Amino acid sequence: MSGARTALGILVLLPAALGAVLLLAGRRADRIAGATAVFATAGAFALAVIVAGARPGLSLPFLSAVPGGELGFAVDGLSAVLVLMVTTVAGLITVFALVDLAATAARARFFGYFLLFIAAMLGTVTATTLPALLLAWEVMGATSYALIAYRWQHQGRVGAGTRAFVTTRAGDLGLYVAAGAALAGTGNLYLGGLATADGGWADAAAAGVLIAALGKSAQLPFSAWLSGAMAGPSPVSALLHSATMVAAGGYLLLRTQPLLAATGWAADAAAWAGALTALALGAVAVAQRDLKQLLAASTAAQIGFVVLAAGVGATAGGTGQLVAHAAVKAALFVAAGAWLTALGSKLLASLRGAVRRYPVLGVAATAAAFALAGLPPLSLWATKESILAETDDAALRMVGLAAAVLSAVYAGRILAVVLARPTGAEPLDAEEEGTRRVPAGATVVAVVLAIAAAGFGVLAVPAAARVLGDVLGVEAHPADGGDLILGGILAAVAAAATVAVGRARPGAFDALDRSPLGAWAGLGRLLSPRPAMAVARAVAFLDDRVVDAAVRGVARGVARVAVALGRADTDLVDGAVRATARAVRWAGAAARRPQTGLVHQYYVQAVAGLGVLLVLLLVVR
Amino acid sequence: MLLTVVIFLPLAAAGVLLAMPRLSGRAAAAVWLAASSADLALIGWMWWRYDPGSDAAGLVDGIAYEVDVPWIPTVDAGYHVGVDGLSLPLLALTAVLFLACAVWSLREPDRPRTYAALFLFLQTACLGTFAALDLILFFVFFDLTIVGMYFIIAGWGHGNARRSALKFFLYTFVGSLALLVGFIGLFLGSDDRTFDMVTLAKNPPLTESPVAAGLVLLAIGLGLAVKTPLFPFHTWLPDAHTDAPAAGSAILAGVLLKLGTYGFVRIAMPILPDAWRRWAMVAVVVGVVSVLWGAFVALAQTDLKRMIAYTSVNHMGYVLLGLGAAGLVGQADDEARTIATVGALYQMVSHGLLTGALFLLTGWLWSRGRTYAFDRWGGLARPAPVFAAALAVAAFGSLGLPGFSGFVAEFQIFTGALQAAPVATVLAVAGILVTAGLFLLALQRLLTGATVEPATGHGADHAPTRTAPHAVASAATATAARTPPRVRTEDLHGHELLPVAALLALALILGLLPGVLLDVFEPAARMVTQLVAR
Repeated sequence: MSGARTALGILVLLPAALGAVLLLAGRRADRIAGATAVFATAGAFALAVIVAGARPGLSLPFLSAVPGGELGFAVDGLSAVLVLMVTTVAGLITVFALVDLAATAARARFFGYFLLFIAAMLGTVTATTLPALLLAWEVMGATSYALIAYRWQHQGRVGAGTRAFVTTRAGDLGLYVAAGAALAGTGNLYLGGLATADGGWADAAAAGVLIAALGKSAQLPFSAWLSGAMAGPSPVSALLHSATMVAAGGYLLLRTQPLLAATGWAADAAAWAGALTALALGAVAVAQRDLKQLLAASTAAQIGFVVLAAGVGATAGGTGQLVAHAAVKAALFVAAGAWLTALGSKLLASLRGAVRRYPVLGVAATAAAFALAGLPPLSLWATKESILAETDDAALRMVGLAAAVLSAVYAGRILAVVLARPTGAEPLDAEEEGTRRVPAGATVVAVVLAIAAAGFGVLAVPAAARVLGDVLGVEAHPADGGDLILGGILAAVAAAATVAVGRARPGAFDALDRSPLGAWAGLGRLLSPRPAMAVARAVAFLDDRVVDAAVRGVARGVARVAVALGRADTDLVDGAVRATARAVRWAGAAARRPQTGLVHQYYVQAVAGLGVLLVLLLVVR
Repeated sequence: MLLTVVIFLPLAAAGVLLAMPRLSGRAAAAVWLAASSADLALIGWMWWRYDPGSDAAGLVDGIAYEVDVPWIPTVDAGYHVGVDGLSLPLLALTAVLFLACAVWSLREPDRPRTYAALFLFLQTACLGTFAALDLILFFVFFDLTIVGMYFIIAGWGHGNARRSALKFFLYTFVGSLALLVGFIGLFLGSDDRTFDMVTLAKNPPLTESPVAAGLVLLAIGLGLAVKTPLFPFHTWLPDAHTDAPAAGSAILAGVLLKLGTYGFVRIAMPILPDAWRRWAMVAVVVGVVSVLWGAFVALAQTDLKRMIAYTSVNHMGYVLLGLGAAGLVGQADDEARTIATVGALYQMVSHGLLTGALFLLTGWLWSRGRTYAFDRWGGLARPAPVFAAALAVAAFGSLGLPGFSGFVAEFQIFTGALQAAPVATVLAVAGILVTAGLFLLALQRLLTGATVEPATGHGADHAPTRTAPHAVASAATATAARTPPRVRTEDLHGHELLPVAALLALALILGLLPGVLLDVFEPAARMVTQLVAR
């Protein structure tokens, strides 16, 4: 048992430590960075296999003053699935990054943050206490900033990273509140105890968790950061938007499903947020001209089904969706990245016939796109149907079905172009100089992922779904045959229609691309920093013109009073002194006048004086 | 005795420096470095030997390295110093920051001997304030810090240094007078007629007369609020910071601001528990207003140093939120209030390390380009990657990223305070979003984009030069390789990097292994919470 515990510790710490070393070493480590990353992710995968079997728990001292303040990690069924998914996808994407990054790239910096990011994701999916969760959760956000802004020399990249970090952090605030509510409501910070919080504290905690998860998973209203996050290198997109980052929000809701259910309203809110995101971002995805943007919008939409699953309590279906989506989306992003490097563009118009140019990669991408469309017997068809099977609310179910149709439409848009015959007039190198070469590594990675993307379709078999349910420790509710067939037919019709329209009239989607949907339906405006900046300027103005002006006014007033007092001092107080002196001087001068030195005058003075005395004597008596 | 040596060793070194007018700048720097290192080593030793008792946790008993010598017997004021869980970390922080400044200033060209002597004098004043257990002694040291900092800003500052120094001096001095009035009120209200903090905390004065206690708390609170500084008494801070030399700013933000918050924990809360409980909501509100006000004003700044100065107002606001929540006895249980207090104490140390590092880094901008304005710098990650990395790490630390000490502090403040003051805490949590935005914006402006450097070393009126073409859409590293050859802006030198790296490393250690500090803080915080609840 203690061996497994050590394995769990190393699982999180190994990528973190190696990543930190790479970052500290800087460019000196560029040459060994790739090998280090492969070692770290391969090691993490091996450790993930061990801990998924042994299910250990681990606790490291952290905030000793708080009950539950330690960094607790443990692997249960859900975490076991997640650590396997994260390490598998991370390992494959590491291989893709090795072949996709330019030869002169700052690899130590890239793989350094990459490994830190993976460690943070592994910490997130195994955390059992709120401090551990928040630590991993926010470090994941910060490293995603560094990865998105990896090419900081290019305009707009750092801004996109900033937007991603600030948006997800806006959600993270919810976790701080949830932690306070947990302490107030349960007396400790254990994640598992949240559902038992009393009274309003459970509501506060649920609200906090919900907001944090929606932010991380790019659900409404936070979705737009995903669009900017596409500024990151392709391997980063492939990692962030498949098995990690956006997946973390969905995971957190699945993890805290008892809390959401305990409050009632939070579960409904999650279900609706997920369903509406699936619908709205599905529509946004349909209207994209850029493959990575399309995939980004579809990521939010597909994770929306996970959030819906958490809301309706379909833990098994949601977990299946999370895993299936990770494989599908990683495969497609790897293909998109490889095409971008080879053909110099990720515009759909440039990718016409990409499948025929690079057939093996093309087949893998096609399979993944089939899965994304929800075509049977592939993975997302099975998982989506099992989620909708547990959605009892009719309106919610309708929204979910519509969103499923939309996913067939946007997948159809991809298929329509990449499967077409190249005309030779494609605008290649629209964004960068293409290499016209897809490395074997990228192809292998895409094929492996595509096989997984197709293979998880086995979850449609009730027995397989039950195995997943047993692993998770929940009761699985496989979709019944009728729903599965109906869903498959709907998806197939929608996808086929889209491909047909795209073939027949290639310009058919242009109007859609120019519509507001093409610009992410104005969702970016929700994240605009302008109101905050306006408040900041107003407050700064008040700070200078009112608060500090008052201080300056007091200082000036004191100076003015001092001048006035000084004047009063000179004029009144000293004036009185001077007047007295003047009077005395005048009296002295006056006293000298009788001193004439003439005896007869003195006699007269004496007589006058005696006379006055005599009068005085008479009067007084 | 050891504590007295720790307090006065820097002053003795300052005396030596002043007594030797022929000393070269290098030798003066060496003396400064030696004295600060020795002081830190002694405090390290004290920490090593210190036992944070659980039942005798300081404030009223269990004080280590205690010295109590009568000084003005007629009013029972004495040279009473000692160390407990509250003061030890702050003494250590002071020694660390002064040593960092000593290393940073190794090549100070301007009157290095006097500069070193002033800093050493200031170090004694700061250490004395944290160690003082007598109100008069506290007041004397407290005022001496103002004097020392005044001369540092006025003598070695730039821009409008004289005016800023005067504003700083007058404002904080008036504040300290309010403090003195409060102290006299405590003296007159005490049964024993004493200025001794330990005696006063054991037997709190003015328990019978809430109005008088409230007025005394008002006077003390005003004095400390100016020093901390809290809204609306903070406007001396940005001016003083902007015009102070880098090392002076680091000390001002890192140590001097803590004198204010320390006063709340050491004096206001244990000695006036009734009044603190009664008026705790005011502290909470002032704290939250400072948090949001400081964050938003910082967001609007166009000058890096002013921006960092305003984030200090924001960070100190969290401290007051935590301490205020600790006084809301009816609304929250002991556990939560203790956690809030621990967080507030942790924030003092954390802010000292991170903001100290940030201010030292702003000194790099000044020494290379004589300006802090955002629009006169750009793309610095190209010519100065080490500076860029250090600034980025410090910024992420300061915005409260987990893994750094700021997170440990803020997380505990929020977690502990939510129960007592839910609305205020939720508002304060929003503050960390604004700080995240403003720090990332600052990084974006300074470090990325086209490389922009001020035209000449002193050219405040020259237009900035653009030395790199606008970002081009090709491989990342190719752009980096194509940066222009004539790069004047030199990266961080060794003596600049070392102190910054050390401060950031400490912030990281305290962020990942908070037990080091929590072991000392927690018993003291528990004691403060108990004393307040009396």
